[in-house]
Amino acid sequence: MSLKASDIKVGDSREVVIVEDLKRTQIVMYAGASGDYNPLHTDEKFTKEIAGYPTVFAHGMLSMGMTGRVITDWVGDGRITKFGVRFTKQVFPGDTLTTTATVEAIRDEGGAKFADFKVTTRNQDGDDVVAGYASARLD
Amino acid sequence: MAVNRFPVEATHILMFARSIGDPNPIYADAEYAAGTEVGSVIAPPTFVQASAQFDDEYPLRPVIGKEWFGSGKEATGITKKSGGGGGGGNGGTLHAEQHYEYHRPLRAGEVLTTTVLPTRTWEKEGRRGGKLLFSETTIEYRTLDGELVVTARGVGVRTEKVVEQK
Repeated sequence: MSLKASDIKVGDSREVVIVEDLKRTQIVMYAGASGDYNPLHTDEKFTKEIAGYPTVFAHGMLSMGMTGRVITDWVGDGRITKFGVRFTKQVFPGDTLTTTATVEAIRDEGGAKFADFKVTTRNQDGDDVVAGYASARLD
Repeated sequence: MAVNRFPVEATHILMFARSIGDPNPIYADAEYAAGTEVGSVIAPPTFVQASAQFDDEYPLRPVIGKEWFGSGKEATGITKKSGGGGGGGNGGTLHAEQHYEYHRPLRAGEVLTTTVLPTRTWEKEGRRGGKLLFSETTIEYRTLDGELVVTARGVGVRTEKVVEQK
C-alpha cells in the first residue's frame, strides 16, 4: 500500500493529533524502549529539585517518533528516505500535539519519484515543538 | 557512543512502536508483514535511537554499583564533592536536532554495527544569557557486511543555564 506520484500534489496537507494529554507513563515507556533513562524525563524529584524544571518533560525523540507516524501512514511502509527535525520547544506531560505534513515538492531522482514534505508538530498553545522535513519514494 | 553489535529484534521493535503510540502492524505482526510490499517486520524511522541499549558506555543508563544522578533518598544520587558542582546547576545537554537518511528499510532480525564520524562543535551566545555549546555527531548504521542502512546526524546543545519556561 504505497503512494503513487499521481495520488498527491504539491500543497496537499495532512493534520493529525498524534497525542492527547501526554501521560508520564508514555514517557516512561519511551525511556524503557529507547534506553534513554535520563532522569529529566521520568524523575520528578530530580527534575524539580536538581535540574530546576517545573516537571519532567518528554524526550525530543519521543516527539519525533510520534511525528514520524504521520509520514509513514501517508507514504506507506519502508518508503521514507529522509526525516529530520529541530526540537524547538519542550513537551510536557498533559500536552496535546498536532502534526501537520505538507507536500513541498514531487521530483524525479535516478529514475524514481520522490515527495518532499514539510513537517511541523505544535502543542495545544500553537507553539512549534518539532519542525522539520521528510522525503519518501513514490510509485 | 559506538555500538559494536546492535541486534534489531522483533520484540524490541514492538515495544518501541508501542512507546511512540504507533499501532501500525508492520512493526508488530510478522504474518501481516509477510503479505506487504516490504515483506517483513521493519523498524519505525526513529528506532535506531534505541541502539543506546547496546552501548556499553551509554551514560544515561544506571549501572549497578555506580553512582546515578537520578533521585533515591535524595534528589540526586551524586555525592557532593567539595568545590565540585555536585550534579546540579547547569541545564545539562539537550537534544537540538536529529536527522536521518534511510538507505533501505531496517528489518527485524538484522544485526547492525555503528561507525561514529568525528564530532563537530561550536558555540553561540544564548538569547537569555549564558553560552550555548553545540556538538554534532554523525553515526552510520551498517550491517556486519558493511552495507549502510541508516545515517543519523544528531545535534546536542549544552546550556549554562536551565532553559526558562514562559
